[in-house]
Amino acid sequence: MRKVWDIHGGIHPAENKQQSLQSPIQAAGIPPQLILPLAQHIGAPASPIISVGDRVLKGQMIAEAKGFVSAPVHAPSSGTVVAIEPRLIPHPSGMSGNCIVIDTDGQDEWVKHSGVEDFRSLSKIDLIDRIRQAGIAGMGGAGFPSAVKLSTRDDKPIETLILNGTECEPYITADDILMRERAAEIIAGAEILRHLIRPSKETLIGVEDNKPEGIAALQKAAEGTGIEIVPFPTKYPSGGEKQLIQILTGKEVPAGGLPADTGIVCQNIGTATAIYRAVCFGEPLISRITTITGEACSQPRNYEVLLGTPVQFLLDQSGFNKDNCIRLVMGGPMMGYTLQDTAVPIVKTSNCVLAPSVAELPPPPPAQACIRCGMCAEVCPVSLLPQQMYWFSRAQEHEKLEEHKLFDCIECGACSYVCPSNIPLVQYYRASKAEIRQAQQDKIKAERSKERFEARTARLEQEEAEKEAKRAARLKAAKDKAAAAASNPDSGKADLIQAAIERSKAKKADAADPAHDAIARAQAKREGKVEEESPAAKTERLQLLIASAERRLTSAREKLALAKEQGGENVEAFATAVIKTEDKLTALQKEIAEHQASLTTAPSKNEEADPAQAAIARAMAKRAGNSTDESDEDKTQRLQNLVATTEKRLAAAQQKLSMAQEQNDANVPAFATGVEKTQNKLDAVKRELAEHLAALSAKPSSASEAPANSDDPVQAAIERAKAARSAQANMSDEDKLKQSIASLENRIARTQEKLQAAQASGDDKAEILADSIAKLEDKLASAKQQLG
Amino acid sequence: MIELIAQNPFIASLLALVSLGVVFGALLGFAAVKFKTEGDPIADQVEALLPQTQCGQCGYPGCRPYAQAIADGDDINKCPPGGEATIAALADLLGVEAKPLDAVEESVPSVAYIREDECIGCTKCIQACPVDAILGSAKHMHTVIASECTGCDLCVEPCPVDCIEMRPIETSLQTWHWDKPKPPEDLIATDRSGAHA
Repeated sequence: MRKVWDIHGGIHPAENKQQSLQSPIQAAGIPPQLILPLAQHIGAPASPIISVGDRVLKGQMIAEAKGFVSAPVHAPSSGTVVAIEPRLIPHPSGMSGNCIVIDTDGQDEWVKHSGVEDFRSLSKIDLIDRIRQAGIAGMGGAGFPSAVKLSTRDDKPIETLILNGTECEPYITADDILMRERAAEIIAGAEILRHLIRPSKETLIGVEDNKPEGIAALQKAAEGTGIEIVPFPTKYPSGGEKQLIQILTGKEVPAGGLPADTGIVCQNIGTATAIYRAVCFGEPLISRITTITGEACSQPRNYEVLLGTPVQFLLDQSGFNKDNCIRLVMGGPMMGYTLQDTAVPIVKTSNCVLAPSVAELPPPPPAQACIRCGMCAEVCPVSLLPQQMYWFSRAQEHEKLEEHKLFDCIECGACSYVCPSNIPLVQYYRASKAEIRQAQQDKIKAERSKERFEARTARLEQEEAEKEAKRAARLKAAKDKAAAAASNPDSGKADLIQAAIERSKAKKADAADPAHDAIARAQAKREGKVEEESPAAKTERLQLLIASAERRLTSAREKLALAKEQGGENVEAFATAVIKTEDKLTALQKEIAEHQASLTTAPSKNEEADPAQAAIARAMAKRAGNSTDESDEDKTQRLQNLVATTEKRLAAAQQKLSMAQEQNDANVPAFATGVEKTQNKLDAVKRELAEHLAALSAKPSSASEAPANSDDPVQAAIERAKAARSAQANMSDEDKLKQSIASLENRIARTQEKLQAAQASGDDKAEILADSIAKLEDKLASAKQQLG
Repeated sequence: MIELIAQNPFIASLLALVSLGVVFGALLGFAAVKFKTEGDPIADQVEALLPQTQCGQCGYPGCRPYAQAIADGDDINKCPPGGEATIAALADLLGVEAKPLDAVEESVPSVAYIREDECIGCTKCIQACPVDAILGSAKHMHTVIASECTGCDLCVEPCPVDCIEMRPIETSLQTWHWDKPKPPEDLIATDRSGAHA
């Protein structure tokens, strides 16, 4: 008898295994629909390789392993894939997971498959690949992919291979019945594993001593193979991997370590059978043995059940009484979890479905306060301090929990089982484990976020710095340019000044001759040689002067506008310059007009003896107060002469104006002014003549009356009107109208004065005068209308 | 000189103390320069406890500035993404009283989701994201790299077409975990009878 060790703590709950051992393994048959979750194992879910509508054969791979720690899924029977969608799966959360749903056709047609006669001819890699392709995952409950577990590294030599036939949890008998009925298959699987692992020391099969039939069957099958069957005292939870290793070898797997670290590999006996069938027959893992038990089932038993079979299908065969069942448990009463729905399928890890009655598994009484009795610590198989961890868990003291080795807890539930206060301790540990894992992930993510944030901040700062550098560079370039211009001012400004000087010099040189001419003329003038200048030359000179004055005026105006726009200080100066230039220009224009007028009168000058001299004499005489010396006839003669000459001048001026207008000359306004002035002069002279004549004619009729004007106003008015008409004859229509309007206004004003005087003196002329004013106003209005 | 010291114990002890003071003073001065602490160790420790969502809900532009502010004496209860757990950790670190969270509620872990049909490609959310978790370019649809999103919701506000929403992270089979049982003290005698019925 081999020495076995003991583990710390442990409990002895009611076994309740006999109920399901009364009848042999029974094939559950083919359900109408199979639901195959893609994640029946620990690791990455498998990836479907068929599509909806495909016909699949029994044993055909329908989802392939995705990644190293993963396992493929096979069709347990022939049929048609009807859906790949989330379905309820056996999971404590009661959530859904992606499943492949197959409607079976009942033909159970196998895909072509073949095993190997002699597995010893296969290499380790080939063997492991076969196991992997068969989709075998740990069938004890965890579901860790076997191929991964068996891929031992050469640097960790394996001393001991252990097959786990403990099955310590109450009610479950799947392994027990397997040992009883298929011991040979277990041993065959053990041989394959032994060949694969090549343990240097021994191969053990650990079985609790409450399964004597199983032990006997195994011992019989293992005769002569060197595989040792080791029975040991029943105690929960001896079936835990690490606990079993300790019991059988006395070695403890270090915290956080793997059995391989101590030179041990451990496999479930169900897994060994699956490996045997996969290697020797080429059959993938498509079925398993599951216990259906509990008082709510009238026929508890073990079924050879196709993976994906709904739990309801099994319960129906077991005489399940729903009313008697308090809850359905997947797994055993210690570590199992409640199923929310009977539609969930059996998967690779489903070793038991428990349907207990109320009396059998009463709902846990409400938890009470921890009394620190320490019973939990006594039963803990890992020698932890559950009561301490309970407090830390409630206080969320994660560091303390980790110090107290929370993660070594196997969640066996022994502490909760013995707790007199009915505290669901394991639930606290599970929650705290999840919280700590979450916190670790959050921390990793926070680190990552921080890195990304800092990288982004750095990037933005760099961009900003680059922009700033560019800005600075631009600014520097601009400053350099300015500095270069400032340090070498002659090169820029001097050039401009030089150019301006040269330009002005060139101008001067161009203008040299006219300047000389002008100087010469001025000198000649001073010396009294005015007569030497011919009238034509004078006209030309004056015109030139006018042209240049106009140029200066326009440029002065431009400068003024510019100064006004820029708001310079020189605005006033420019304005004065413009006004002065304008004055000069008008003076020149006057001069030229007079000169031209004198030219036209020149012939008459020659005819008469010396009218200028006569005029001077007359003016001098006038000044002296001798105006009376002039005789009436002389005056008439003189005035008539004046009218004639003025008319001639006017005609000439008008001719010139029209010519200028035709040629679009710049002097048009000057000519126009000249014409207007001449016209005015003519009017004045004519009026004078008319008055003189009126005075002459009035003299004989009323000799005693002094002023001619008051004597015969009617005559004078007639004369004036005649004069005006004659003047108007030479005018354009518009000018005529303007003239008439002006004269009308004059007349109205005068008539009104007369009317006022008449009214004041109570004269009977008043009515007539008022009438005439009205007529005049009518005329004025019509004239204005015509003009407008 | 030596005679004087030998004969006068007062001078001897004074001299000894002064020379000791000079020696240790020089040693401390040297150590202060040689082993000068760089950065702010308190702020670093505080920052390590903050969730690094960079959401700015504390009123500071990121987790580092808030850590600095806490080190300088600001309240520790301004981090909604961190919640009570962070407050407890900070209180523990700084030896101060844990305060209730200074926010309406603890923010639920969530990720930004861009309704891509509605996105006009304005890049405003990309500029707002503190961790560069939004992918896209001008006039092209943007999308959130969910695994990098911190759920700070800074991208929601700048969106001109309101096509970004914060979706709580859904529990998957991989992230599901057992909840903690109700603490036993929460139950009273009447609950017990109710549970048996």
